[in-house]
Amino acid sequence: MHCHVYYKPGFPDGRAARVSEDLRAAVPANVQAVTIGEVYIVDGVANLEPETVERAFCDTVCQVIEVDEPVEVKPSRSGVRPGWRYLIEVAYRPGVTDAVALTAREALELELGGPLPAGAVVQTARRYYIACGLLKDHELTAVCEALHNPLVQQATVLTLSDWGEGARPPARYPTAGDDHTAGAGSVERYDLAAMNPGALAELSRRRLLALSGAELEACAEYYRRPEVRAEREAAGCPAEATDCELEMVAQTWSEHCKHKIFAAEIDYHDDEAAGGGVSENRPQRIDGLFDTYIKATTELLGAGRDDLLSVFHDNSGVVAFDDRHVLCFKAETHNSPSALDPYGGAITGIVGVNRDIIGTGRGARPIFNTNVLCFGEPDTPAGRIPAGLMHPRRILAGVHAGIVDGGNQSGIPTVAGAFVFDESFTGKPLVFCGTGGVMPREVDGRPSHEKAIKPGDRAVMVGGRIGKDGIHGATFSSLALDETSPTSAVQIGDPITQKRMLDFLLEARDRGLYRSITDNGAGGLSSSLGEMARDSGGVHVELDHCPLKYPGLEPWEIWVSESQERMSLAVAPEHLDALLDLAGRRSVEATAVGTFTDSGFVELLYGGVRVGYMRLAFLHEGLPRMRLSARWVSPAARGYAEPARAAASPAADHELREILCVVLADPNVASKEALVRQYDHEVQGGSVIKPYLGVETDGPGDGAVLRVEYNARRGLSVTHGICPWYGDYDTQRMAAAAVDEAYRAHIALGGDPDRAYALDNFCWPDPVQSESTPDGEYKLAQLVRACRGLHDTCTAYNLPLISGKDSMKNDATLGGRKVSVRPTLLVSLMGIVPDIAAAVSSDFKSSGDLLYLAGLTRGELGGSVYARRYGVTPEPSPAVEPDTALPVYRALAAAAQQRLVASMHDLSDGGVAVAAAESALAGRLGATLELAAVPLGDRFAGRLAGAQAGQERAASELADAASPLRDHLARLLFCESASRILVSVALEHTAEFESLTAGLPVACIGTVHSLPRLEITYRGKRVLALELDEIEEAYKAPFGPQAGQSAGLRRGERRGV
Amino acid sequence: MSDQRPRALVLTGHGINAERELLQALWSAGARPQAMHLNDLVADPGQLGSFRLLALPGGFSYGDHLGSGKVLANLVRKRLMAAIAEFTAAGNLTIGICNGFPVLAKAGILPNTAGDYTPEVTLVHNADGRFQDRWVRLVVNLRNPSPWLRGAPGVVEFPIRHGEGRFLPAEPAVLTKLNLGNQVAFRYQGRNPNGSADAIAGITDPSGRVLGLMPHPEAFLDRYNHPRWTFEPPVPASGLWLFENAVAHLRDERRSV
Repeated sequence: MHCHVYYKPGFPDGRAARVSEDLRAAVPANVQAVTIGEVYIVDGVANLEPETVERAFCDTVCQVIEVDEPVEVKPSRSGVRPGWRYLIEVAYRPGVTDAVALTAREALELELGGPLPAGAVVQTARRYYIACGLLKDHELTAVCEALHNPLVQQATVLTLSDWGEGARPPARYPTAGDDHTAGAGSVERYDLAAMNPGALAELSRRRLLALSGAELEACAEYYRRPEVRAEREAAGCPAEATDCELEMVAQTWSEHCKHKIFAAEIDYHDDEAAGGGVSENRPQRIDGLFDTYIKATTELLGAGRDDLLSVFHDNSGVVAFDDRHVLCFKAETHNSPSALDPYGGAITGIVGVNRDIIGTGRGARPIFNTNVLCFGEPDTPAGRIPAGLMHPRRILAGVHAGIVDGGNQSGIPTVAGAFVFDESFTGKPLVFCGTGGVMPREVDGRPSHEKAIKPGDRAVMVGGRIGKDGIHGATFSSLALDETSPTSAVQIGDPITQKRMLDFLLEARDRGLYRSITDNGAGGLSSSLGEMARDSGGVHVELDHCPLKYPGLEPWEIWVSESQERMSLAVAPEHLDALLDLAGRRSVEATAVGTFTDSGFVELLYGGVRVGYMRLAFLHEGLPRMRLSARWVSPAARGYAEPARAAASPAADHELREILCVVLADPNVASKEALVRQYDHEVQGGSVIKPYLGVETDGPGDGAVLRVEYNARRGLSVTHGICPWYGDYDTQRMAAAAVDEAYRAHIALGGDPDRAYALDNFCWPDPVQSESTPDGEYKLAQLVRACRGLHDTCTAYNLPLISGKDSMKNDATLGGRKVSVRPTLLVSLMGIVPDIAAAVSSDFKSSGDLLYLAGLTRGELGGSVYARRYGVTPEPSPAVEPDTALPVYRALAAAAQQRLVASMHDLSDGGVAVAAAESALAGRLGATLELAAVPLGDRFAGRLAGAQAGQERAASELADAASPLRDHLARLLFCESASRILVSVALEHTAEFESLTAGLPVACIGTVHSLPRLEITYRGKRVLALELDEIEEAYKAPFGPQAGQSAGLRRGERRGV
Repeated sequence: MSDQRPRALVLTGHGINAERELLQALWSAGARPQAMHLNDLVADPGQLGSFRLLALPGGFSYGDHLGSGKVLANLVRKRLMAAIAEFTAAGNLTIGICNGFPVLAKAGILPNTAGDYTPEVTLVHNADGRFQDRWVRLVVNLRNPSPWLRGAPGVVEFPIRHGEGRFLPAEPAVLTKLNLGNQVAFRYQGRNPNGSADAIAGITDPSGRVLGLMPHPEAFLDRYNHPRWTFEPPVPASGLWLFENAVAHLRDERRSV
């Protein structure tokens, strides 16, 4: 049966209105209206009554259902498909999860009172009837592109005349099971022992194993070992490697899973540090970046504190919160999939990192999501997009829709994040997804963060079924993107299946029904069970017991598939029945697929036949370590210089007020409220400081504050730091600045300076020297220096790193052109806010409050928004000096606790001018700032004094745009010196505030007033004035309700939002 | 002394996700709330008889894949209708918030003007086709005699968090009936955020005992939930009064029986 559901005439369809709006943006042709029809195809159910499908699928108040194709040829104006010219029907490709079809099946089963017959098929599609003028071919293509992604969907396009001639969209779509014969189970064998390096490399390439020559040789050597040969023979296993084993090794050893670059031994060369280019200077040997810098930070800081409960080894880091709860936090990236299928990539990223939390300890409950999304410039001309890539706006729209659905449908508030735009993200977007969770301190009488598996425990797979989707995800993300990137690596998460699973797991956890849990992410079962097996000492898996979405999967595919919404459990045998029974009552699939052992082996069986038999020790420790070389080229050698004493500002020709408008409208600064409002940031009821606050709730906050429990005064903060541009000068500064940004936002929200925890997520271009990466040694040196900056700054701020992740192949080579991301470090911070009633927001509060600028202004423009918009000669990016910054932060934290501050806003992109404009707009209050009062760093102060001396008598000094003073004013306004916070203080608290900050670089620089105007003076002379209306216009225009939402974002709506 | 607090049932499962704050709201208001998975209630609908208040929280039941609340409404209609009808007739209270509102509407439990559970209103995609999370001002219809609304403040503020909150009647006559019967409970004040007919944000059944609304009163339990708490003391009344009304009504009724 083929049914279509339409809105009745006269019932407005908001989705259709939104699609029309997008199509109008995509094609100039006169798009009058779009009508959406939902298609349900039901096959293999005998005697299905039209009334049954109507009850199941149709909301009769506003919809009609048509069963089988309408016979009408001419659409009538008053019908349900008024006046259309083109019909485009979009359906998922075979094998891609169609969550709507799964629900449609459930709805039908509910009406029929039982399961559908075996072999019954339920499919969905969506029709767009487009009423418009005649479209040229390329316009029709643009329309199709806007309505579907050919990687995961198929579109049928019919014109009205096609329809008249009897053409119809498919009556039924092929399914993934159709082209496979049931009863697969074949196993390929490879005689690695006999292969030469060339043959091994060819095998790796052909099977997409992404293993290096040394790694392949290590594998070959394993199979050559006499004892391995003997034990394989004794176990009835072929001497050759099986495909299951090879794929398991490849997934386990992937860069994605094993972080080989962070574990590598690195020779770091720094000619400058050796003292003046001595050629034979000895490199520094780094014994693993992770151990040397990241783990070392936490070990150093962990001494003498007991709040770091579980760091680095579990799926997320676990820290103490209060006497009843512990918190955990993790962030991941999902870059490559998001480049190919932005919607699916992002939603899968969100639900994937949610599973990291669910799989932490004995299971945590997700309480917040974060996301930081990096795209190419939204106004990139279409011609500058490499062939095969989507325009940044399309990627933005799809990723955004995925984040919306992933968070909202899971019931997890999306509380904080950022959008970053830079040309270098045109090849691969960066999609950072984070999740925080909570657990009771104890579960079943033991600390909740501890888990232990005993031999004999059953291995249970819970959640979705296994299909071919997501095969090779781990190895795929360890390779550069190119035209041959596999589409099987792309998949679409289904939040509802996962939500059901989460509800079930929390219930099972609290009843003590399982002993250990981990998620199925990259590498699928091979990764989850392979990792869990280390705990007991082995695992025995019956691959043919795993529930499949459709027949025809080979054993190796079952083992490494990354099909979504699955967790793996270790269940004591005596609890298995109770667990499976509970799963049944919660509509969740759970299947015992094997047993944990202490055999020392991963044993894989299919139909009773051994298809894999590998030593656990080899799987996890047989990976040869990489040895890499890094070579730093100093900024001076790359053409950077300290700014000249009297350089004319490149923006000299522009009015300062005009510059401020341009900076406010930069996509990295401009308001994203229209996008963020589409995230549910309040579900679960814990929200205290929301993303946008102030009188009209349109002022951007510095991060989130939320509660874990009602009626509790203790809360937590969530903030971020990311500043990829600063790395052009030195990634050490970039990393330090990212840590500082996250930490100062935590302080600005009222956080405890000694109770904050950070995650590091590195996204780097390939840093391994090779023919395709001739500058690999430099990129690796950038990585080394970023690790140093991270280590040094976290150590100084008493900010332990509790978890992290790296993604090392963020390059795309398309049409012969390589696009690499700027080396990027995201620092995500979760901290304690001792008293949420003392939490601070960024909006100005009252006329008459005094404004203070805390922290030194040093005038560096390198990497700033200002420099990027107006182009300055390369100069240093902001440096972090914790010795100066930390006492200021501590004083501000104390002031917040004593409720002396009315607002705090951290200075980041765009400097003090932007921060003041944002706080003024948020509070709908004006302010006057005196730049001469700004506390200056010594060198900058010296230069400024020089500039003034030369201009002393000039009454017209400010009018002279080319004057050195103008350059200094621009620096004062727009430089992004680190560690600064703009504070407003009510008059009755200024004395106390000033005594708390005495002796620190904190100065009163102005007042808040009730005139709707931001006015900035220098020595009493006005240098800039901007009305709040003008600020609002500049700040909101780029991503206003209708902007930034152009074609390509409709995929989200497929999911019902 | 026996526990005098009225028992409240909060449904969970299948994508419902705002149950925690609703449980908290009912608890704070003096009820004795209990969460129950939909499957457990469907397995034994008679359990409803031991409760005085039924609450359907927000979320994305069945992913809203066939329209918000549609499949859950089908489930209610097929498996729980008799129990709910009996429950309501016995003088008990029901509330559906956000996703729970379209469930009640599509199952015909709201507005039920003729008492025959025929669906008369629905909630469809917002006029701009987008999900939104924002706080809105609502005018309470003080002429609605619902026990949920007794002594309510004239204007309240709650957040809306929905993609499908546009209230539409099957035909204009339904609106007339709702107005004449004082069944409208809440209207959006100022900008209509989703294009709802007559700016309607919530309605009751003719008895007033069943309330459905798109905004989230359970998301505003103390001042720190409010977006302007940092500078607007005292912020408007929280949403707790709604639940306290329900609890007070059930207690009074018990005494009078």
